[in-house]
Amino acid sequence: MRLSCTVNGEKREVENVWEGESLLYVLRERMGLYGSKNACEQGECGSCSVYLDGTLVCSCLVLAGQAEGCEILTVEGLAEDERLHPVQEAFVEAGAVQCGFCTPGFVVATHDLLQRNITPSEAEIREALAGNLCRCTGYEKILDAVRLAAERMAAS
Amino acid sequence: MEFLQPATWREALEAKSAHHEAVPIFGGTDVMVEMNFDRRRPGYVLDLTRVPEIQVWERENGKFRVGAGVTYTRIITDLKNELPALAMASRTVGSPQIRNRGTVGGNLGTSSPAGDALPPLYASDAEVELASVEGIRRVPVGEFVTGPKRNVLRREELIWGFIIPEAEGPQQYAKIGTRNAMVIAVCSFGLALHPARRKVGTCIGSAAPTPVRAKEAEEFIEGVLAEGDLWETRGAISEAALRRFGEMVEMSARPISDVRGTAEYRRRAVGVLARRTLSWAWAEYRDGR
Repeated sequence: MRLSCTVNGEKREVENVWEGESLLYVLRERMGLYGSKNACEQGECGSCSVYLDGTLVCSCLVLAGQAEGCEILTVEGLAEDERLHPVQEAFVEAGAVQCGFCTPGFVVATHDLLQRNITPSEAEIREALAGNLCRCTGYEKILDAVRLAAERMAAS
Repeated sequence: MEFLQPATWREALEAKSAHHEAVPIFGGTDVMVEMNFDRRRPGYVLDLTRVPEIQVWERENGKFRVGAGVTYTRIITDLKNELPALAMASRTVGSPQIRNRGTVGGNLGTSSPAGDALPPLYASDAEVELASVEGIRRVPVGEFVTGPKRNVLRREELIWGFIIPEAEGPQQYAKIGTRNAMVIAVCSFGLALHPARRKVGTCIGSAAPTPVRAKEAEEFIEGVLAEGDLWETRGAISEAALRRFGEMVEMSARPISDVRGTAEYRRRAVGVLARRTLSWAWAEYRDGR
């Protein structure tokens, strides 16, 4: 089948999409957007997190056809021109990235949290990131990055 | 595989009537896992995310009609005061990403004994609405689920929603898992006080082939409350009665041992959850909430 949707502000149309494939597969294998990572394929790890019509979702659990006509924002769409989003900058500065595999998911989930709540409590940060797994960092640097991004975004 | 995307409820029912084997999908938190892992290759997938009629809830004579497509996130934000146990249970589901997509309708459709939303529905005597092109029928939730992942949904039917009375007293839900997020319940317990009717509703989750009411424990504690005139006086429930309530709930459990826990642990834990949830709910009642 054919799938039309808007990805990171750009109209995209792909042909020969198999009816049973996930939005994640479409993004990576048909559109060449490799930022969203493919790991657990069951919504456990959060590394494929994207926005679907403004809602944070695991793209591995969205059936391709369900995205027809929708607006999708992936990690590739967060930076403006050459400038990283403050969340991305904070992850770099705080050393929240080790192997980097989980980073896109964490960045998108953090972006979603700070969009809804610019002064999150410790518990709210942990709750918002509960669906994202990192096996390298022990999470401390990731939490530092979220606090740093929140501070900067609240100040600006 | 064919992808069906009806725009209205009527079209959805017609599609299901024409293709009985069509698998309905909304948030995909169960169906997509099966498809991604090649455990299921349905001939037809019926996407319900474009059907507006099932994505609303409404209040009718002290009861809520909640459409099958209302997500956990919306239950938490919209209905936390009106349906507190269901909102608490919804908060324990998965992660923000999962709660943004998953629905109670899907939890009903999957009919897992570990379904987080089910104990609150049992404890409040909810009914499930099943629809086909022929019409709608209402089934008490305890009769809807018949076994592990089995229910009375007919092949031409879709889950339209559920009807649940607005909370008339304190409610609680508690769940055991290895962490706070992203866990399937080792066991869980839902409890609802119904002060006007002098009733206590309960339900054990994930410790029997289906969610089950702990009927004997309900009758026991209703007797204790009546005998001590505690509904009127809002007096304390004795420690001995709380403990006995927990023990009677344990006796209603029929757990198995699996990767998430042993039968023995589940039985014990569900009794502890029962005692705790009753003491929390009763403390709220005593505070006049």
